[in-house]
Amino acid sequence: MIALSDFLILGALLFSLSVAGIFLNRKNIIILLMCIELMLLAVNLNFLAFAYFLDDAAGQVFVFFILTVAAAEAAIGLAILVVLFRNLSTINVDEIGRLKG
Amino acid sequence: MEKLLFYCFAAILLFAATMVITVRNPVRAALFLVLAFFTSAAIWLMLHAEFLAIALVLVYVGAVLVLFLFVVMMLDIDLVPLKEGFTRYLPLGILVALLIVIEMIAVLGVSNFGLEQVAAPQIDESVSNTRRLGLLLYTEYVYPFQLAAVILTVAIVAAIMLTLRSGSRKKQDAGHQVKVQKADRLRVVKMASEQKKSSKESE
Repeated sequence: MIALSDFLILGALLFSLSVAGIFLNRKNIIILLMCIELMLLAVNLNFLAFAYFLDDAAGQVFVFFILTVAAAEAAIGLAILVVLFRNLSTINVDEIGRLKG
Repeated sequence: MEKLLFYCFAAILLFAATMVITVRNPVRAALFLVLAFFTSAAIWLMLHAEFLAIALVLVYVGAVLVLFLFVVMMLDIDLVPLKEGFTRYLPLGILVALLIVIEMIAVLGVSNFGLEQVAAPQIDESVSNTRRLGLLLYTEYVYPFQLAAVILTVAIVAAIMLTLRSGSRKKQDAGHQVKVQKADRLRVVKMASEQKKSSKESE
């Protein structure tokens, strides 16, 4: 039988991998967005593990809402990315720091 | 058997996540992200969350990741400057990731959340997961459910408004169309008359 700690450790590993991905790919906005998606996936895994082991479906409802918000976030983020590329012809994070005071 | 399946899926999931953050080409990263989401859908099935596992495949693999692929292939990206600094930040990234893993395992490990502490529940097989979720979603959480719909609508409007090109768009102006004069469209050209000389040869 798989224990709750196995799922939680898998979620922790996935989360830390995506944190490392944000460190490594700090120039590429697309990979940064993908890393955020992976982070949300790890969080969802934790929610579902607790929902199963505590036998409470409220955790699954939360995962439903997280999926909704993550889909909206991905759509708006990619739209901003397209507009950014259209105006500046780059997605390099270093070259788009234009709001410096 | 169940344990073996779980470890297989976990290994594939971690491998896919590692490939997402290390491959050079964003298209490959998006494809490995598809693999990661598929595998985690399988793990969600093992957690008896059937509805959400299917929703993950439909919504994420079917919509969001296809959107990612669209955008990656639409933009003509110069990949070389985007990868610089990869090896420079590799030690720091690995250090931070290792620290997070060690901290989380210390808290979430077998000593606190093992089978002795949290036993596996007896799932009532007579009620399906979708029915349970629906009963909860349409009664207790109906207001947040409507709010989620509003969030999605706002996201659609925002995404369309952001990417709409107002300058080069074709527009109709009825007043301008009615006001048009003959001189605006027709140009009379004066030129000397020409003799038809090649007509016979072409016949």
